[in-house]
Amino acid sequence: MALLEIKRDACTGCGLCIDACPFGALSLDGERIIKVSEACTGCGACVPVCPTAALSLPEVEKKSVPDLNSYQGVWVWVEQNNGRASSISWEMIGEGKRLAEKRRTMLTACVLGHQAEHIAREAIAYGADRVFLVDDPTLKVYRTDPYARCLVELVRKYKPEIFLLGASTRGRDLAGAVATYLYTGLTADCTGLEIEEGSNLLLQIRPAFGGNIMATIKCENYRPQMATVRHHVFEMPVPDHSHQGQIVREKPVMLEEQIATRVLDLIVEKNEINIADAKIIVSGGRGLKGPEGFTLIHELAEVLGGAVGASRAAVDAGWISYAHQVGQTGRTVRPDLYVACGISGAIQHQAGMRTSKIIVAINKDPEAPIFQIADYGIVGDLFSVVPALTRALKKRLNK
Amino acid sequence: MQAIVCIKQVPDTTEVKIDPERGTLIREGVPSIINPFDTYAIEEALRWKEKLGGKVTVITMGPPQALNALKEAVAMGADEAILLSDPAFAGADTWATAYTLAAAIRKIGHFDLIFCGRQAIDGDTGQVGPGVATQLQINQLTYVCKISSLDLAQKRIEVERLVEEGKEVVQSSLPCLITVVKDINQPRYPTILGIRRSQKVQIPIWTSKDLEVDPALIGLNGSPTRVVKIETPPARQGKCQIMQAESVEQQAELLAEKLLAEKIIV
Repeated sequence: MALLEIKRDACTGCGLCIDACPFGALSLDGERIIKVSEACTGCGACVPVCPTAALSLPEVEKKSVPDLNSYQGVWVWVEQNNGRASSISWEMIGEGKRLAEKRRTMLTACVLGHQAEHIAREAIAYGADRVFLVDDPTLKVYRTDPYARCLVELVRKYKPEIFLLGASTRGRDLAGAVATYLYTGLTADCTGLEIEEGSNLLLQIRPAFGGNIMATIKCENYRPQMATVRHHVFEMPVPDHSHQGQIVREKPVMLEEQIATRVLDLIVEKNEINIADAKIIVSGGRGLKGPEGFTLIHELAEVLGGAVGASRAAVDAGWISYAHQVGQTGRTVRPDLYVACGISGAIQHQAGMRTSKIIVAINKDPEAPIFQIADYGIVGDLFSVVPALTRALKKRLNK
Repeated sequence: MQAIVCIKQVPDTTEVKIDPERGTLIREGVPSIINPFDTYAIEEALRWKEKLGGKVTVITMGPPQALNALKEAVAMGADEAILLSDPAFAGADTWATAYTLAAAIRKIGHFDLIFCGRQAIDGDTGQVGPGVATQLQINQLTYVCKISSLDLAQKRIEVERLVEEGKEVVQSSLPCLITVVKDINQPRYPTILGIRRSQKVQIPIWTSKDLEVDPALIGLNGSPTRVVKIETPPARQGKCQIMQAESVEQQAELLAEKLLAEKIIV
């Protein structure tokens, strides 16, 4: 599947591209010129590292999409469940506003729900200039089909240039369906968005390979440019209740009898602070040596008023449930304080917590990578350090 | 139960390390594996086949060496495997991948359920599952942590989905596509018998000519998105202050002072 083109006279055989290839598709094998195997997926990771510009990917033929310019405005989907908006949507509104101002255009929020006018008003307070409100009993809780088809109709009717959704479970579920219907590009889990000078295209920046690389992705010839954006990456905007906006009511496109799914129940874990929203998280890893180790983590979390997180190693070992997992294959968090206990800090774990405001590391190995990103650290045995810290904080907080 | 499992061969990212000087990925010796989330999808399909009878077919799109991933799935117990491989498929983004997989699933014909992992650990998008479901115009249930019931006669499935607030109980009609999270089961190891069978099994390779696909919609050409730049992320500038003191108690006291001074704890 070799897509990569190699300019044979430019290649010096320096081998820099071999290290850059995530698929191990490049080799020298004693030759002077680099060889590309069938493992090449055309990802482009090697292209920028070549000092002699010997590597390139084939130019893509431009699709003639005549009405690209008729797509205008920035849209944000406002996620709600049973009448409560989720904070990730307001982060999207804040970021959407910034992009809309850069593009000198309007910010529109899409609110789908039942008796959800208060959410539409909230969206305006957070910065939306216009809200499409689709208020119907079929939209009370999220279901893929009625939500996706409704958004698809709105996009076809009003043609936005950019469409952002939160990368929550519902947002990812919905975005994948909507972009497929519309045959347009969708970039998942972005951690950065910019407008490119000159082209005015949306540059979508996202981690891949477990946060080992950052990829910038463009969607040149299709509209809208769609992206889901990770929770806690952008700041929460401050609501301004004097901000004016227009609420436009639209109709749903499906009847209840046409919808093949029913949401029967939502089972909420009691007495647990959800790590996705926690301001303080105390996490435990392999160093805890067993499920009992989490007792220490719970005690420290309790004193701090925080939630309990875990590394993949601790979850895989069965010491704590998957809902607590922080990292690439778990949740992305951005608390004010993240305390990592017995977590070495592999890149996959860092991908889920490196944007925390303050990071504290407690680990017996002074070489553990977690210390490279931490603000404060204690090198020592967590079984004595963590209880000591719990006691020290308890004393100071009079608990 | 006729089940189709979509899998992907990925580099084991837990083995990927960074060259600290050059800031590039060290790929040498990094093995290719079945995307870990997909092993849960295979396992779940096998468990329901064992209960209800039927057949599990595993498909993947990738270069010829992706055959190894399919063989591993057969060694776990999958009945059949199909490889979609063609230079014309290369460079596909999630849209073009879903389009191609959906075309292959149409060719396979009848199915009750499609199983996928929640996301692949290299791309981390989680978009191909919903893409395939939408292409096929069937229901999707993503982030499934439990299949509570599966009734082929009534064409009904009930699952629990892992959402931010907890677990959502959802019922849907069949056929549908589910993507699974790792809470759902513990994947089995291949058996000796399975490994022997996987060595002998014939795995057909389908190219674009075998599928009803529009050549303009596959591979790099059919992909709306384009990767324009790849870089290694800047290191976080943590100037880690290590608490130095005579005893653990004193270290803890020092740290507590520092944390209170940050005015984060209330």
